[in-house]
Amino acid sequence: MTAVELPAPHRSSLDVVLRARELGIVLALGILVLVTTISNPRFLSGQSIRDILLNTAILAVLAVGQAVVVITRNIDLSVGSVLGLSAFTVGTLLQNDNLPVVLALLVGAGVGVVCGAVNGVIVRYGNVPALVVTLGTLYVYRGITYFWAGGQQINADELPAGFLDFGNATLLGVPYLVVIALLVLVITGVVLRNYRVGRELYAMGSSPQAARLAGIAVGRRTIGAFTVSGALAGLAGVLFAARFGTIDAAAGTGYELNVVAAVVVGGVAVFGGSGTVWGAALGALLLTTIGSALAVLEINQFWQQAIVGGLILLAIGADRLVAVRVAASLKKRGSHVSN
Amino acid sequence: MSATESAVVSRFANWNAAIIAITVIVLIVAAASVDSFGTSQNFGFLVLDLLPIALVALPMTLVIVTGEIDLSVASTLGLSSAVMGYLWNANQPIETIIPLCLLLGAVLGAVNGFFVTVLGLPSLAVTIGTLALYRGLAFVVLGDSAVADFPTVYTDWVTGSIGGTPIPNVLIIIVVLAIVFGVILHATPIGRAVFAVGASEQAARFAGVRPGRVKFWLYVASGLISGLAGVLWTLRYSSARADNGAGLELAVVAAVLLGGVSIFGGKGALPGVIAGVVLLGSLQNALRLSDVSNEALNVVTGVLLIASVLGPNLVNRLRRT
Repeated sequence: MTAVELPAPHRSSLDVVLRARELGIVLALGILVLVTTISNPRFLSGQSIRDILLNTAILAVLAVGQAVVVITRNIDLSVGSVLGLSAFTVGTLLQNDNLPVVLALLVGAGVGVVCGAVNGVIVRYGNVPALVVTLGTLYVYRGITYFWAGGQQINADELPAGFLDFGNATLLGVPYLVVIALLVLVITGVVLRNYRVGRELYAMGSSPQAARLAGIAVGRRTIGAFTVSGALAGLAGVLFAARFGTIDAAAGTGYELNVVAAVVVGGVAVFGGSGTVWGAALGALLLTTIGSALAVLEINQFWQQAIVGGLILLAIGADRLVAVRVAASLKKRGSHVSN
Repeated sequence: MSATESAVVSRFANWNAAIIAITVIVLIVAAASVDSFGTSQNFGFLVLDLLPIALVALPMTLVIVTGEIDLSVASTLGLSSAVMGYLWNANQPIETIIPLCLLLGAVLGAVNGFFVTVLGLPSLAVTIGTLALYRGLAFVVLGDSAVADFPTVYTDWVTGSIGGTPIPNVLIIIVVLAIVFGVILHATPIGRAVFAVGASEQAARFAGVRPGRVKFWLYVASGLISGLAGVLWTLRYSSARADNGAGLELAVVAAVLLGGVSIFGGKGALPGVIAGVVLLGSLQNALRLSDVSNEALNVVTGVLLIASVLGPNLVNRLRRT
């Protein structure tokens, strides 16, 4: 039951539902900010907003990549480990050479491309479910980083000043990290919405079999989706390094949970075929804001992970309800709906 | 391809037999090449090390055979451990704590089962959600503190062995539960229903099986056993911590898939899974004895996980040509 399967006349009703989903997140975000600000006005201070945006930027880049994979009815659990490997690679390079920031970004993305392509190739040619492959590579990529790093840690004072500046500097008042995340978001969003490749990804997620019959190169697109997710996770690794300055082998451990949560909360259906990267980015913003709000409201930080879990359940439950409603109303109107 | 050749290939393609053979070979090689591997003392450690994987792998096998998955097992283990520590701190008698922790595990499993079968949500997403939720709750309960000094009668029993023999006490639990789950899966109508649901849910429904009910109780069993694993884990290390067992779901899923259970459901056998558990456990044990770090061990587990699905697929492709 997905957008692309629907006959054209009903597009509008489904659009409303999808938009309502994103509106729902915005609403939840608004209430959260309002309540937190009332209890502590410092929550809306410049520094606090900046921190939220910077942290969101990293999570959003990961979430956009994850959304691309989930839309094709796959999943990429290895993103946290790819982030760690990329961050450590770039950190090690910068320790020795003063690379330009652009090159650092490219190297990080390159590490991610390799990791993502490995995932994609095993999924495609090995006929192994994405869950199994990426659960495996989650540990393999992390293990490689540990092997390499040992107990070694890269500190901010070992990194070139130019790179650290990049983590803090702004362009017309907007931090570079946020600019990069927005670029990633807009480009991916437009490609998914308006370009043939993007629509093919949705078609694959709705029905891989139908997509194959329609002449879509499903295998190649699958590898492509994983490569994009890997590349963005690699890019996020560089952003992570620039933002925090301290990198060890554990960087980004457990991020995959937050990323999957952001995507699912953002309305990307785990069955594939529906959802947008905008929603995923909003999900990332919501999750990050919750984290900051907990600190400001002086609620035990340990609640954060439990809340993430609860949100995942709430989001997929809500999606299910909406899907059932839409299916029922379409049936009533006599359109053909197969389940 | 000649008849004898294809017979050889098809015998080799019997993953179940292959994995048992591989396990035996690994055990022999490890015993010959790693000095302290074959000792009776190490046998005790080996059994204790694979205890949680072995226990949780039993219900996980049935869950995966129905075509679902439960990624929340390690978090259930952790929450059970955290609650055990919390109640012990609150001066509850251990005789009430242990049944409560088992009950808690069953309830957590029932929550998974409710979302999957009543609401009809994908088990992957649900159990990723509860993976985060249960682990988060474990930290809410116990924070990052540890609770120690559980009664030595219990901790000694878990780490001890039968009489003067080198056979660890906990092996009894593993053997009994393995037999129970083996009989259920391979010799009862419930087991046939499990296979039927995994092969085709619709066909199973037409045959009079209620897939939802089968799956729901499997999730309850998975939670219950995970809760038990949490209790045993806590007693073994005499330490209740919120992060106990973190990441264990990987090893469990790897062991089950290594054992020849199809991730797509409908196929699998418990003897193979036991072999998978022993293979994974002894490989990790032998590598640890050879001073390989824990993180490196995870690389091995990760590779084995992928190989366990990739292997049969490649064998199948070989067989087809």
